Amino acid sequence: MHISEGILSAPVLATGYACTAVGVAVGLKKVDYDKLPEVAVLSSVFFVASLIHVPIGPSAAHLVLNGVCGLLLGWAAFPAILVGLSLQALLFQFGGLTTLGINTLTMALPAVVMGSLCGMFLRSKSTLVRGVAEFAAGAGSILLSGLAVAACLLATGSAFGPAAKLIVVAHVPIMIVEGLITIFVVEFLMKVRPQMLEKAGVPNLTG
Amino acid sequence: MHLEEFALGDSIVHKLDPRVKIIVAALFSVIVALSSSLHGTLLSICFPFALILLARLDMKKVLTRLVVVNTFVGFLWLFLPFTEHGEVIYTLGPLEVYREGVLHALLITIKSNSIVLVVIALLGTSSVHDLVHGLHELGAPNKLVHLFFFCFRYIHVVHEEYHRLVNAMKMRGFKPRTNMHTYRTYSYLVGMLLVKSFDRSARILSAMECRGFKGTFYVLEHREIGRRDYVVCASSILISLMIVTLR
Repeated sequence: MHISEGILSAPVLATGYACTAVGVAVGLKKVDYDKLPEVAVLSSVFFVASLIHVPIGPSAAHLVLNGVCGLLLGWAAFPAILVGLSLQALLFQFGGLTTLGINTLTMALPAVVMGSLCGMFLRSKSTLVRGVAEFAAGAGSILLSGLAVAACLLATGSAFGPAAKLIVVAHVPIMIVEGLITIFVVEFLMKVRPQMLEKAGVPNLTG
Repeated sequence: MHLEEFALGDSIVHKLDPRVKIIVAALFSVIVALSSSLHGTLLSICFPFALILLARLDMKKVLTRLVVVNTFVGFLWLFLPFTEHGEVIYTLGPLEVYREGVLHALLITIKSNSIVLVVIALLGTSSVHDLVHGLHELGAPNKLVHLFFFCFRYIHVVHEEYHRLVNAMKMRGFKPRTNMHTYRTYSYLVGMLLVKSFDRSARILSAMECRGFKGTFYVLEHREIGRRDYVVCASSILISLMIVTLR
């Protein structure tokens, strides 16, 4: 979820920018020039995927896929998400300039954390273990993002309390759907292009 | 998919140097975001409106863009008037509406719209290509600039591919519903996009290496900062000062 402009307090916005700067620096350092096209084109896919709306009951939500992003890109998720959000801000006015730092942080940090935690289990031969790990990566990233957004609002003022609570609750159905979609996407990639998941430690069987 | 809806045009605003636009937009956004006076923010909204008039943008299109912005803000309106305690101005059944809450929500609404309008007026009126050029000249990390260029370049390609796949799904009678089949189908769609793009990125890399790519980004157009750029800079600083001093 994007936090709009003009809501958060200066310390929260500044913290967002500082942490995002560190994350992006680490991410860029880990990407060699010959990996840049890959990261960039995958960022384009995540941008396009965020335009896909999936039905959830009577409502619909757009895909976030930061779990998949973390599994595929690792720390490079930071620059990838920063670029994606900047382009969204420029082209669709979802969010703006001052919230770019905090919005990148709330999406990219969960992606990196859950990606590296759950990625370890993708080597497993058991479908169940893999499935649980994939679901946790997808659902966990959304949950952490929702909690982070709520925390930002609370850090700005206690009057945002009820709104922050509702945001976390609203993330629950999205969490489940993202978890399921992450399972299917990652299992699909393991069958079709396992080398894409090398970052997560999946052995490259195709050579 | 038509992105960059406002970038076409030959007005004064369109012709400004992208570097100036980025700096002015960033400065203005920060000042408005940190301002806490209603008068100051009300004044601030005049600046982007003046720019939008100068740029001769389609007002209707600009206002439709604001709808998106105001959904999150509207969501806060459901809470803030009741949760930010202060002087009671209205009793709505068991709920009490507080003056401070209403003022806070109003402040957020104006600030949010003002910042988004300035992004439309200044950054929206340049192509992404020019803006990234500007970022590069302002000293953004080289790899980040590459990412911006490639990502934006391939969004169109990936989006076309997405349309092909969605059309194929529709031809086969796919109707999205809340069930496992829908989620699985969308997942395979995303998976296919990822795989195709991964393969494409390998081809891009080979093509670039064939052309001798060594990680350097060459700037072909060198722009000079002209008189109108100074005028915009000066007026934005003036307005920013007025916002800061208005309490």
